[in-house]
Formats: sequence, C-alpha cells, structure tokens
Amino acid sequence: MQSKELSFECETGNYHTFCPISCVSWLYQKIEDSFFLVIGTKTCGYFLQNAMGVMIFAEPRYAMAELEEGDISAQLNDYEELKRLCLQIKKDRNPSVIFWIGTCTTEIIKMDLEGIAPKLEGDIGIPIVVARANGLDYAFTQGEDTVLAAMAHRCPKTILHAKEKPPLIVFGSIPDFTAKQLSLELEKQGIKVDGWLPSPKYTDLPDIPEGAYVIGINPFLSRTATTLMRRRKAKLINAPFPIGPDGTRAWIEKICSVYGVVPKGLEERELEIWNSLSDHLSVLKNKSVFFMGDNLLEISIARFLINCGMTVYEIGIPYMDKRYQAAELKLLETVCHKKNTMMPRIVEKPDNYNQIDRIYDLSPDLVITGMAHANPLEARNIHTKWSVEFTFSQIHGFSNAVEILNLVTRPLKRTAKLEVSRLTTI
Amino acid sequence: MKLAYWMYAGPAHIGTLRIASSFKNVHAIMHAPLGDDYFNVMQSMLERERDFTPVTASIVDRHVLAQGSKEKVINNINRKDKEENPDLVVLTPTCTSSILQEDLANFVTRASYESQADVLLADVNHYRISELQAADKTLEQIVRFYIDKEGPEFISKITKTKKPSVNIIGGFTLGFHNQHDISELKKIFAELDIDINLIIPDGTYVHQLKDLPRAWLNIVPYRETGLKTAEYLNSKFKIPYVDETPMGLKQIASFLRQIQKILVSQGWECNFEEYITNQTYFVSQAAWFSRSVDCQNLIGKKAVVFGDATHAANFAKILHYEMGIKVIWAGTYCQYDADWFKKEVSSFCDEVVITDDYNLMASLIAKSEPDAIFGTQMERHIGKRMNIPCGVISSPVHIQNFPLSYKPFLGYEGSNQIADLIYNSFTLGMEDHLLEIFGGHETSDEEPRGIIKTNQDSELKWTQDAHNELSKIPGFVRNKVKRKTEDFAKKNKVQNITLEIMYAAKESNSSI
Repeated sequence: MQSKELSFECETGNYHTFCPISCVSWLYQKIEDSFFLVIGTKTCGYFLQNAMGVMIFAEPRYAMAELEEGDISAQLNDYEELKRLCLQIKKDRNPSVIFWIGTCTTEIIKMDLEGIAPKLEGDIGIPIVVARANGLDYAFTQGEDTVLAAMAHRCPKTILHAKEKPPLIVFGSIPDFTAKQLSLELEKQGIKVDGWLPSPKYTDLPDIPEGAYVIGINPFLSRTATTLMRRRKAKLINAPFPIGPDGTRAWIEKICSVYGVVPKGLEERELEIWNSLSDHLSVLKNKSVFFMGDNLLEISIARFLINCGMTVYEIGIPYMDKRYQAAELKLLETVCHKKNTMMPRIVEKPDNYNQIDRIYDLSPDLVITGMAHANPLEARNIHTKWSVEFTFSQIHGFSNAVEILNLVTRPLKRTAKLEVSRLTTI
Repeated sequence: MKLAYWMYAGPAHIGTLRIASSFKNVHAIMHAPLGDDYFNVMQSMLERERDFTPVTASIVDRHVLAQGSKEKVINNINRKDKEENPDLVVLTPTCTSSILQEDLANFVTRASYESQADVLLADVNHYRISELQAADKTLEQIVRFYIDKEGPEFISKITKTKKPSVNIIGGFTLGFHNQHDISELKKIFAELDIDINLIIPDGTYVHQLKDLPRAWLNIVPYRETGLKTAEYLNSKFKIPYVDETPMGLKQIASFLRQIQKILVSQGWECNFEEYITNQTYFVSQAAWFSRSVDCQNLIGKKAVVFGDATHAANFAKILHYEMGIKVIWAGTYCQYDADWFKKEVSSFCDEVVITDDYNLMASLIAKSEPDAIFGTQMERHIGKRMNIPCGVISSPVHIQNFPLSYKPFLGYEGSNQIADLIYNSFTLGMEDHLLEIFGGHETSDEEPRGIIKTNQDSELKWTQDAHNELSKIPGFVRNKVKRKTEDFAKKNKVQNITLEIMYAAKESNSSI
C-alpha cells in the first residue's frame, strides 16, 4: 500500500457535481456592477433556483434567457432575441457588463454567442463577455474558470518598460475580505499585489502588461492560467494554493522567490497558526478521509488534512491538470513522505457507484461528498461533509485555516455529542 | 427567448423522475450532461431520503456530441440492471438530449434484449410540457405498459375485490405534504370500511399494477398527477373515478358523497351522511373554530391565493365558504388547466389570474394590498418584502415545507391544519385591536420595503405632526395609510399633508 509516488487513475465520469453555471451565484456577488444572463433551458433555471436557495429572492443580478421551441428550431433570430432581452436588462439594472453564460443547449444548437456579442455590444453600449460554462465540458467550479478566462481578454494592456519590475496579478474569485488578508500577508514581505482578476468592479479590471507575473489562488483555474500565458504573454508563477497554513506559506514563498525577496517570519507565522489549531488537530489525528470529488479543491484540501495527521484513502477529482497543479501535487507528495503516510490514489472522473463500494470496504471516518450522497451515507453510519461548503466558505490564507477545520471536524464532533444517534444507548 | 428570474414548475424530466423514483425498485437513467442530476440532491435534501436516489445519468459529453451515444446508453442501462436488479428502468430524456435527436427508442429496444428489467422510454417533450404534465403522463405510461403486458385476455380475467376498494392515484416524491395527505386518506377509508386496493405510485412495485382494475373506483386527490391514469383506467376498464380534492370541510363532504354514489350504483348499500356530520361538527375543529367569536375578526379580511390548480382552487374555496374571507383574486401557474380553474373560482373571486410570471405576481399583490397571501414560497418572499403575512399552500416549496410532524392538507385533520394556518397568517384579535389603539409596537420611521413605491411626487409634503402620526400607525398598514392619504391629498389638490388632511382622508375612506 505504501507506494512512493502518487498514482493517477481515471474512471467512467459517472459522478455527481454541480453544473458549472452555478458560478453565477458567487460571481455576481463578487463583481458588483455585473449582470449574468444564462442562455439555456428550464433545466438550467431549475438547477440555479434550487441551488441558490434564498439568494434567488434577494433580486440577484442574474436571469435566465429561457430558450423556447422557436429558438431551438431557429424560427426566431438569436440576435434580435438577445438584443430585446439585453435592452430590458439595461433598462432595469443598468449594469457595467453583461456576462452571457453559454450552456449545453447553446453548444448543441451552435448558437454563435461569440459572434453575436461584439455586434450587440456596439448596438447597446454595454460590454458583453461570453463564457461557455456548460455541463458537456466542465464541472462545477470550472465555470468560474471559463468566465475569468473570458475576462482576461478584457483587461487593459499597457507596455511594461524594460527596467520596470513586472506587476503581480492574482487571479481567482474570493471574497474581498479574504483578498485583503492575502494582500496584507504579501505586503509584510514587501510585495504589492497590483491587481486582482476579477476585481470587485468590472470597470476596475487590472492592467496586465506583457511580462506581468500572474498567480492563481484556486486549483480549478487552468484555462484562465493558459489564457493569461498564451494570449496576454504573462508569466505564470506555479505554486501550491493558499489553502491551509502550509499551502499559504508555500504560496507566499514562491512569490517571494520570483521577486527575489527572502521571506521573513513566515515559518513562525505558520507555526503560530498550527498551534492555534491544536484542538481541531486532536480530533483529526489518525482519522481517515475519502474525497468523492466534485469541485477540484480536493488535492489542496487533502494535502492540508494529511498535514493535520489524517490519512487520505482516495482523492476523487473531476479534472486533473497536472501542469497547472504541478507545485500542489509536489507538495502533496512531500507531505505524505514527511508524515510517513500512504499516498492517496487520485481518481479523475470518478464513478460514484464504484466509489461507494470502495467506501463500504474502507469505512473511512469521513467522506467528503456532494449533497446527493450525504444523507444516504449518514443513514449507513458513515460521517459526511458536504463538499459544496468548501466552495462557499472562506478557506484561503493563514487565518481561514480554522474555517476549513471547522467544516471538517463538525460531523465528527456532532456525532460524538448526539446520544440519540447511538440507538442502543436509549 | 424569455427573460426569467424564477419559475413555478420545473422542466419535464423532473416530473418523470419524481414518478419513477416514487415506485419501489424502479431506476431512472437520465440522458443528460454532467450536473443535470440535481434531482438527487433535492430528493436527498428536501425529503431527507435515507436511501440513494434511484436515478443515474448516462452522461452526454463532447464525445457524445461528436459521435453519438453509440453503446453508452445501452451499456449504462444494462450495467444498472446488473448492479441493482430493478424491475423497471425508465430512460429519461432531458432538454439537451431531446435536441440531439438520438434514437433513444432504439437504445431502449436493444437494451431490453439483454436486461432482466423492463425498459421504457419516457415519452415527454421538453419544450411543450411542464414538470407536472410530464409526471401525469409518465404515470399513465407506466400503468398502461404493465396493463398491456398482461395481454388481450386480461379484461375477462379481472375480478373485483369482495369488499368495496379504491385506488389512490397521486401522491409522489417531492409533492407538497403528499405523504401526510395519503395517511389521512387511508384513515378516512378505514373509518368508512372501504379497502385500499393500491396507492400509486408511492411505495408500490410495478408488478402490482396489474391489480389496479380490481378496485371499485379510483381516487385522484391532485389534479396535476393521476388524472390521465384515471381516465385511461376508466376508458379501458370502465372504472369510475372521483377527481374532487377532499380539502376543506365542504369539499370533503362532496368527495365522500360522490364515492357513496358510485358505490351505491355498483350495488353496495352505504350511507356516509352520519359520518360526514359527525366528523364535520364534532371530530374536526375547523367548523366550530370558524363559528367561535375569535374568528369574527376574520370577517372583512382580504386575501389573495396562488399556487398549483388543486391547492389554489380548493384553498380559495375554504377561505370564501368556510372562513368568510374575501378572496380578491385567486390564480394558478398551471396554465394548461386554466379553464378548469376559472370554472372553480370565478363565482366568488373578483378576478382570476393565470400566469407563471412572478414579477406580475409581485405587482398584483402590491396593487391589491391583501391582509394575507396564500401562495408558494415565492409569494412568501414577496410578502416578506411588502410586510404582508403569507401562508404557504402549494409547491414550489423549501425544506421547511417537508415537516417532520403530521401536517396533512387533506381530510378532516387537514381542515384543522388549514384553519390554524389561516388564523396564524392574519394579525388578529386582541393583538390587532391593541395595535390600533396604542399605535403598535414599532414606531420606527423606516418604510417597509415595497415593490411598488407609494406616490413620491415631490409636491406632497408631510408636516411634522402628520409625519409623527403616520409613524404611530402599525407597520403592517402604514404604507397603505400613507398611500391612501396621499391619493386623497392629490385628489383634493392639497400639497401639505397635515393632521387634518390625514383625518379627512380617513373619513373619506373608512376602509383604512
């Protein structure tokens, strides 16, 4: 069982995850002057309205352009239809940008959103950014990747003078508060973050000159990284992601090394955080965990949990970009060696049915899974944590490490507290 | 294209999945892209289901787009057949797969050569019918399939049950209080000494469906699901059915009398009148409750009602006939059933609303300023914004509408629940009076957020005295008083609203 290297497998892709259009729910909140128009069917709308829950009632800046039979059979003119809807949105909300989210249906009927957008943009005077966040190609958080990749094209581009220090742009959507915390950590090392993609306002998109340094904050941003490198000629800093104190330190150290700064006080800072987590760590020590995989944060969280003393049996993941995640995978391996624990198997495009068989065999202490499987597993006495919560919580940077452990330890602590769950004791 | 923020009924495949997953040992396979299996989340979270939802997806990805599904769907059906041994596999198209126009029927035929399970293709068009219509259709399709399977001589072999018995058709996964409703119906039939032959689809095996014709009659408590099946069984086996919903005392009585009539016509002597009287006036509390002095305060209150056809129509009738509440308008999002709905409620509502546009709902509610709303979760949120209380009476619903405790809407216990719901939705009785006399608990200046703003014409000015008086008015009517006073002022071409103007406005309009 104790292999020296990580093993990668690929299954059937029959797994449960959220549709990538769900990125609308956090991106409309992040980009304050935006409006998201999802061009799809009732199925897309039904998913969004149920997945977003109460948010839907807060007059969100998002809507469906619901395709009707006339649209599918091309009896209606796509351009005219979209123009009518976008003018309505302009009148009601007057956003600084409209995002068109392409879906499976627009792919299949080959609606030329990228072709229509520039023309309509000219006609109505609002920028239109097209992202194809569909379930044919992507899973859950990858939706954000498609949107950010499309936004990368819209960032202004100045010329970098030869003597100038290349600016640092961080990409990935995180709450403003967390972004400020991370900027502050870098400031302590004398490094200034010159811009974030996305910025809180579309009108403040960061300037990305050729030769700028870019670094990702989330593991699911491969397309954005590729776009920034190939199309914007930026230089990607490949680092582990700032999730957990170990990841955060590695992330900052890597940035420092690029700018030729010797990091100071980082080791102490990491230690300080670990010490503050000791209560949680005692709960997690020698416990095992199984990731069914649905949001691409799995490698980073697994790496952090192994560092917390847990054993990870399996890391299911929708899509594994070994190049973009290279530094993170390397760190995972190092952590396994350091902790002298088994190398987890990484299963890309997992098969949920087979995974549940393996879960029965391994009986892990905790399964990190989607909501479709959580209650049925709990009913079989297997502790679960909903993976979606990791996406919607603040998990980045030193001070949010505790948030991750709050999530992970909650099911374990809860069962310890509930006397009624042990039916034999009543 | 339609700009939509919210919808009342889901896509067709959800209806099919709700029916399929209600049966025992039936598995549904969706021909769908990644992420369309959101149904499993809803089943697992809303119903707090302990078992894995028997729905899997045969994923449509880029390769399927380029080359077609080829063997993928067939392999997935046969794999599920081996893994779970279901009695029936229902292949469910989605909006995506219906545009691909793959020959799913052919996949079904080929898969059924190898599988032990029966295999069916759900016959629903995504762009023409909604969730509820699809559910109705799928249930009929499955029933028809298993009846047809019995062969042409089946009709002659049918024997009716010795004692009168009924089938209850309807009541399924994610239905609004369906489980409790069915329990309540079971109780009533037990008390009337009528057997239950089958309840479909919930908790039934498909091989039991051939026993459906043994029942003396069919009960369809919800119009949205089951009507098609009842019609089919009626045309094929001449089984009469009752499609009245036993919701509210008046409707329960009429429901029971219809059953009595059918049973008598089939040669079974019975008389339910005593049972009806006893239940209505002595067992159920609702009739006495609406007579009790406390409920006098309900007279003159105004309400609006919205929901699916069954719940909205029956609820409106209860408000009107049993509580003496004025129903300003009643409406439904079941547009395909508009004629029936209008027929049921137009005699006592000023207006009937048929729409699935929630923005229209919001503006209608703002315009009619009811004392309470009875609607879906959407109306609850509209009410919250406008400070109008709302009772939820119909899908679409949230997790709190799947209560753990016994809360039927049908039958005599249902009447009690409904009476409580109505009563609690109004600010009533002593509280109402005290608020009026002493100016309410809240005297903040903050305006309740309404969707339609009251007149904000700049020429109208409120004097300090009048403003203070306005802020003393209880929050839930303050907006209304403000608007009516301003309307009065405008009508009389007055620009400064003083205390006198306020009182004059009140006199001219005694309803505020």
